[in-house]
Amino acid sequence: MPVYVIRRSLQALVVLFAMSLLVFAGVYAVGNPVDILINPQAEPLERERAIAALGLDKPLWEQYATFLRGAVAGDLGRSFVHSAPALQLILERMPATLELASAAMLIAVALGIPLGLWAGLRPDSVSGRAIMAGSILGFSLPTFWVGLMLIMVFSVMLGVLPSNGRGPTVEVLGVPVSFLTVEGWRHLVMPATNLALFKLALLIRLTRAGTREALLQDYVKFARAKGLSNARVILVHVLRNILIPIVTVIGLEFGSVIAFAIVTESVFAWPGMGKLLIDSINLLDRPVIVAYLLVIVALFIAINLVVDLLYSVLDPRVRLQEARG
Amino acid sequence: MSAPGPLLEVAGLRTHFFTRSGVVKAVDDVSFALARGEVLGLVGESGSGKSITGYSIMGLVDPPGRIVAGSIRLSGRELVGLGHEEMRRLRGNRMAMVFQDPMMTLNPVMRIDRQMTETIRAHERVSAAAARARARAALVAVGIPSPDERLASYPHQFSGGMRQRVAIAIALLNRPDVVIADEPTTALDVTIQGQILHEMQKLTRDAGAALIWITHDLSVVAGLADRIAVMYAGRIVEHGRCADVLSQPAHPYTRGLLDSVPSRNPRGARLRQIPGMTPSLAALPEGCAFRERCPRAGPACAQAPAMQESGGRGVRCHDPLAAVAATAGP
Ligand SMILES: Nc1ncnc2c1ncn2[C@@H]1O[C@H](COP(=O)(O)OP(=O)(O)OP(=O)(O)O)[C@@H](O)[C@H]1O
Ligand SMILES: [Mg+2]
Repeated sequence: MPVYVIRRSLQALVVLFAMSLLVFAGVYAVGNPVDILINPQAEPLERERAIAALGLDKPLWEQYATFLRGAVAGDLGRSFVHSAPALQLILERMPATLELASAAMLIAVALGIPLGLWAGLRPDSVSGRAIMAGSILGFSLPTFWVGLMLIMVFSVMLGVLPSNGRGPTVEVLGVPVSFLTVEGWRHLVMPATNLALFKLALLIRLTRAGTREALLQDYVKFARAKGLSNARVILVHVLRNILIPIVTVIGLEFGSVIAFAIVTESVFAWPGMGKLLIDSINLLDRPVIVAYLLVIVALFIAINLVVDLLYSVLDPRVRLQEARG
Repeated sequence: MSAPGPLLEVAGLRTHFFTRSGVVKAVDDVSFALARGEVLGLVGESGSGKSITGYSIMGLVDPPGRIVAGSIRLSGRELVGLGHEEMRRLRGNRMAMVFQDPMMTLNPVMRIDRQMTETIRAHERVSAAAARARARAALVAVGIPSPDERLASYPHQFSGGMRQRVAIAIALLNRPDVVIADEPTTALDVTIQGQILHEMQKLTRDAGAALIWITHDLSVVAGLADRIAVMYAGRIVEHGRCADVLSQPAHPYTRGLLDSVPSRNPRGARLRQIPGMTPSLAALPEGCAFRERCPRAGPACAQAPAMQESGGRGVRCHDPLAAVAATAGP
């Protein structure tokens, strides 16, 4: 097990390195930040000085070497726009995004698994069909549109929920969170629901399909033949089996929820990493873009590792491969 | 407990599946009785309704299937129409079932001890330790070495034969009166088949349980069953004492089955097969279901033959091979 974790971490480093190289070159190809960042009316001499201050006068490979040297020491460079380290900018925004993503995932799981189970147990009932129809809507409606509709209904028409921002936050261990106050919840609930919708639909379908398949298995019939109650057959025998794919998907989707948060954050002006990224791309603020993507990749890798470990706990047939990758 | 009459009595059982393509009469007028400690071999080709008969007794028929007629009495108590909870209390307790494929019957993500103790605790209030001790003893009884280690294992750590032993141990945990074994050896290799067959016979005999052994292989039940019932297309076409049916089959279908058993034929001789295929149960023609494959079929067979009983034997044929029918009648 420790061997496994170490090897996975080494693989992660390679991925991060490759990623940084790609993004570095990619942003370079997109455009020259000098055109955006420096006042076109500036004196040529002043211009020269500004370019040199950002390190943009050097050839690309040298800029990358400088970045890499810093990165090894944990310094991902300074933002071109804000006079602050890029990593710091991102870490400041991360709690907001993580809170939004966690709340969304929680909503998706808390509703998706029971609804999917119900629909799987009664596929032909009216309620089962209604749940499935709802999940199709969840899949097909675009996130930004649903977000706008939510704002229309709850903020504009009913006026019960705030339409933007995060509201007041409370510090927990130095991390600002909003879920501890009523006002914070009022700000959180709409963007979280918006972000949850797609995952909710996915979880309903996954759980339903898993349930239907599991119900046909001999081990379910045998469990019933043993005289177990229906509740025990479903909540222990069926659920333990379908939980394996569900946990995998929840883990992997958590990464994509963080990535998808960009849209929701833009719609609800949620002060998270996604909004920072959009702004940084507009300004070609390369250090922030690179740092954002590296942080996201690191998060993905960490989540994948946790999923793998969980997987081996849930499914006794899976043993983490010590010998192979 | 000295209930009058047989331990298990199935009479006129009909279990039908109401599918989109029509009504599948999987079990259609099946009757038999089983005494305490008796072994019944239920024999028939694939799709003849053997498993569904077993599921009907256990109350495990799933929609679109339903018991539409008949009666199943266990120690005189009617099971057809019994409530869910009452049926649950009988399942795994007074009657138990072992399935065909041992690779599929145990839950892959649960430890063996849990799968065993939950069976005990579904029916009795016993401590976890007591249940575990009983589970351990049950594993020993079915010949599983190092039971303590095995209790803490998962199904994938067992071979097929071992898994079937565990399933048998689970079935016998609560000392049921009736055990239904649905082809429990078919998926195993031949040497293991013999062992399991032998052990199961011994265990049920020791426990005083009646056994219904479902198989498509007459040679399997030959040394095991007290009585044999041969099923064809949802009906029992012949039944009787094991030796009688095997030495003097009365129904042409039974004859055909016997002729296709390898060990009963001279070496080198070509095995005779019953011509044709099992008919579709959804579109069964009027009359005897076997008549299209029967070498003796005549005009009378357009009418479905009734079961003709005499001296503990019965056959459902207008023109039986042996003289069962001769003594029948009013
Ligand atoms: N869920 C179902 N829906 C429709 N028909 C069914 C269903 N389950 C079983 N049947 C039908 O019932 C008939 C009897 O099935 P059963 O499983 O009892 O056969 P069997 O004698 O046990 O055969 P095998 O030796 O293959 O196990 C089959 O012809 C099958 O088509
Ligand atoms: Mg069967």
